[in-house]
Amino acid sequence: MKTTGKTRKYIYTITLFFIVLSGFGQMPIFKRYYISDIPGLGWLAQFYVTHIIHYVAAIVLIALVIYILFDFIFNGSGLNKITGSGYFKIVLIAGLIVSGSFMVIKNLPDIYFSHNSIIVLDLVHVSLCMMLLFVSLYTRIRKKRWVN
Amino acid sequence: MTSKISRRAFLKGSITAAGSVAAGTSIARAAKSLTSEKKEPLVTLLDISKCIGCEECVYACQEVNENKYPEPEKPFPKMYPSRVPIQDWSDKRDVIDRLTPYNWLFIQHASATVNGEEIELTIPRRCMHCDNPPCVKLCPWGALKQEENGLSRIDSDICLGGSKCNKVCPWDVPQRQTGVGIYLDLLPALAGNGVMYKCDRCYNRLEKGEVPACIEVCPEDVQTIGPKSEIIEKAHALAREMNGYIYGEHENGGTNTIYVSPVPFEQLNLSIEQGKGKPHLAKVKNMMADGTNLAKAMLIAPLAGVAAAFGKFYLSSKEDK
Repeated sequence: MKTTGKTRKYIYTITLFFIVLSGFGQMPIFKRYYISDIPGLGWLAQFYVTHIIHYVAAIVLIALVIYILFDFIFNGSGLNKITGSGYFKIVLIAGLIVSGSFMVIKNLPDIYFSHNSIIVLDLVHVSLCMMLLFVSLYTRIRKKRWVN
Repeated sequence: MTSKISRRAFLKGSITAAGSVAAGTSIARAAKSLTSEKKEPLVTLLDISKCIGCEECVYACQEVNENKYPEPEKPFPKMYPSRVPIQDWSDKRDVIDRLTPYNWLFIQHASATVNGEEIELTIPRRCMHCDNPPCVKLCPWGALKQEENGLSRIDSDICLGGSKCNKVCPWDVPQRQTGVGIYLDLLPALAGNGVMYKCDRCYNRLEKGEVPACIEVCPEDVQTIGPKSEIIEKAHALAREMNGYIYGEHENGGTNTIYVSPVPFEQLNLSIEQGKGKPHLAKVKNMMADGTNLAKAMLIAPLAGVAAAFGKFYLSSKEDK
């Protein structure tokens, strides 16, 4: 059980790292600020590469979230074990998955979203990401756990 | 210069005159049919064999879109770091041999040998208006939009000029003008760099039931616009008739601009001048295809999660027994 928990944590951390990095890579900032000039980070300025990495990381994150959710359900673990900061992060991740899913649909051929809904989706997605980063940083510093 | 002004003035007059008599003309009938058509994308067909390179379309484009052109504030704010390029076309508005923020359509020149005879071809070039446009889909701010009639356009009120649309465009179409746009009100030193510009297929004229200016003024009827299925059919019929070739139907997964040429496009591509703001005529794979395929894989992700959780539960219950 402990090993599974550690594996989940590693998968979550690695996925979060790549999904955030590739997410920021959707904006033309890494080349402007020389980050993609660092050897090994050239891919950060290649928009199609970061797009694919973001999608792959999203697939892993969705699978992991659903796995943990159903693991909770099958084990009959009480929801009251989840900490306040844990609940907050769950809501943020759920929001990211929902807004991200709409953005994936928007990118499919023959799909037309209104201009305003695209702007709202973009802003919601990036705002939720920033909030998740700050909350994660806070829980990391204060050593707050997902569950008691 | 004098001849150009008079030509433009003449053209302006021509467009106005054309507009005033359009109600009873075939253009008006065609335009009316465009608005009443079912929601099938509109596609333009360009018969290259008809183009004489007169550049009437280029001047008409400039004339009707002049009010959309950038009027940058100078001096430009200092941008950091120093590698951020200033792209200023405001003093080069007369450049018409490439795409610029002030020139959304230009004529490309090619020479080719057909049946042992050397021929010159001229090709109007502008945004292809892709079926699934990477510029629209990948803009991080939602500054671009695609309309149901197939055109894609940039909202100059929202664009920050990051030029990502240019980088992901297989044809290097959107062009940047520094010193204009919303970035000036945000953090001009650190983020943004102006506004991107490209052909919007005269969306405002289409809304009024008019055809794009480049189509309306062409003296040789090089371009035709209509519902996709109809235009694709016409393009194939035309290609059969001239024993020619088609470009744009399958490029980047399909576009709403179809060229028909008597010369293979591979040959034309070798002949045309290419570079920044000068699009090629090479084959283009579907740039959004990988993303689309991964989107399908995304549907399996929740199932994989459930299966893994169930597998773990099943194994642990077995162990408990």
